[in-house]
Amino acid sequence: MTGVVQTVLFWGLGAVAVAAGVVVFRTDSMARATYALAASFVAVGAQVLFLHLDYVGVIVVLMMVMEMAVMAVYMVMFMGMNPALMPMSMVHSRKTSLGVAAGAFIVLAGGALLVPWPARRGAPAVDLTVSLGQATMGSKMLVMLVVSPVLFSTIVSALVLALPRSRYDRLGDDLRRRPAEDPQPGGVGR
Amino acid sequence: MVTVSVAWAPLALLLVVAAAWWAACLDAVVSGGRWGAPAAEAARLLRQRRRTLLAADRLLWRLGGGGLLVAALLMVAVIPLGRWTLSDLGVGVVWFNAMDVLVWALVWMAGWGANSTHALVGGYRFLAQALAYELPLMFALTAPAVGAGSLRVADVIAAQHGLWFVVWMPVAFVVFCACVVAFSVQGPFAAAAAADIGGGVLAEVSGVDRLLLLAGRYALLAAGSAFAVVAFFGGGDGPWLPDWVWTLVKTFAVLSVLVLVRRRVPLLRPDRLVEVGWVLVLPLTLLQLLVVSVVVVVR
Repeated sequence: MTGVVQTVLFWGLGAVAVAAGVVVFRTDSMARATYALAASFVAVGAQVLFLHLDYVGVIVVLMMVMEMAVMAVYMVMFMGMNPALMPMSMVHSRKTSLGVAAGAFIVLAGGALLVPWPARRGAPAVDLTVSLGQATMGSKMLVMLVVSPVLFSTIVSALVLALPRSRYDRLGDDLRRRPAEDPQPGGVGR
Repeated sequence: MVTVSVAWAPLALLLVVAAAWWAACLDAVVSGGRWGAPAAEAARLLRQRRRTLLAADRLLWRLGGGGLLVAALLMVAVIPLGRWTLSDLGVGVVWFNAMDVLVWALVWMAGWGANSTHALVGGYRFLAQALAYELPLMFALTAPAVGAGSLRVADVIAAQHGLWFVVWMPVAFVVFCACVVAFSVQGPFAAAAAADIGGGVLAEVSGVDRLLLLAGRYALLAAGSAFAVVAFFGGGDGPWLPDWVWTLVKTFAVLSVLVLVRRRVPLLRPDRLVEVGWVLVLPLTLLQLLVVSVVVVVR
């Protein structure tokens, strides 16, 4: 692709991302809002491809579409009065949110414009994904290795605390009941 | 690998539609119908007027129905036909995975858009099923990538010269094929469009929308079969015939087997499937991945 086409596409994708982001708040349907957000993320993922970070870009698309597909279920289930199957407004606390959004935009955009960005020294690495990974995690691998089991055990313990039923409900007081008594039986028959 | 111009994309679409057509015809014949039945049904649907529904979310509905075919075409974009490919993307395997995740959103939108209970239940059923098959699918895809030491589809094919991955990654292959049937909403994984909910996501679609949805499901099956060929059957690898012929022959063979086998398996309930997927299939796939990794390290 020539430089001009690339530039037009890159800025076009940026415009799509922002427009889809606006639609999130303008639409009156939870489903449309969720998938407008997904479209915004997909446009950003496509922009990342232009930075020659193919892996990161494709993963952004993959994760965000998956996340929004699941999110749509929860949004429809929990947001709104009679689950969000009916049209409803996507905004609340209008003034506070507008103030916070404007403040965050000014800080971030101002920072992006005012920070003295360094000039490029040397050439870009051959494999940008590898060098990005090295730069973000290379010297902090120990932290990463510790953080992931901590995060995982947090999820598991939060689930254990949140679940109303324990193993005694499933397997009886002596834990000997087989198969377990589940409101929703699984396919393996445990 | 030769990257061809985007101008060849219509040919890729034509091949996907031809393969989908073949799958539909084969299915019609083994169901006791005629070879021409899908053509007749397509002609009927093209002439049929769209059903109008109260408060339907037309945008999401049309996106969901028409998107399946687009997702299938985007999958095929990284699958080489012999030595020609539309895109020699360095992360082709992940690209395929991302495109099959699009199906999550598309099927749910097809179910949501109609503003009909049965269609909506179908959409939710598909998401439950997707939670069951997606992780096994990801790790089944990881096996050939680890075997080749690359996420580039061309490298995966090159690494199979001499010994196809299907020989020493049989579990990953079988899991992958099952997942292809699952993301195509077909056979035992068609609970989202099952008769017990009046056709589910298909309950309200009519006319050209229905045609696109039905064709999209077969197109996904065809694209998945084509990816099974490059990931496990050496792509265009084969004697005497040109490599592009081999790619097509193998794809049609895998597709035909999937069409025939999926008919023999009863419908699986998505709520039961999640446990099977996570407690049984996922560990099996991880074991397969372990074997592949050990082989790669030792060799």
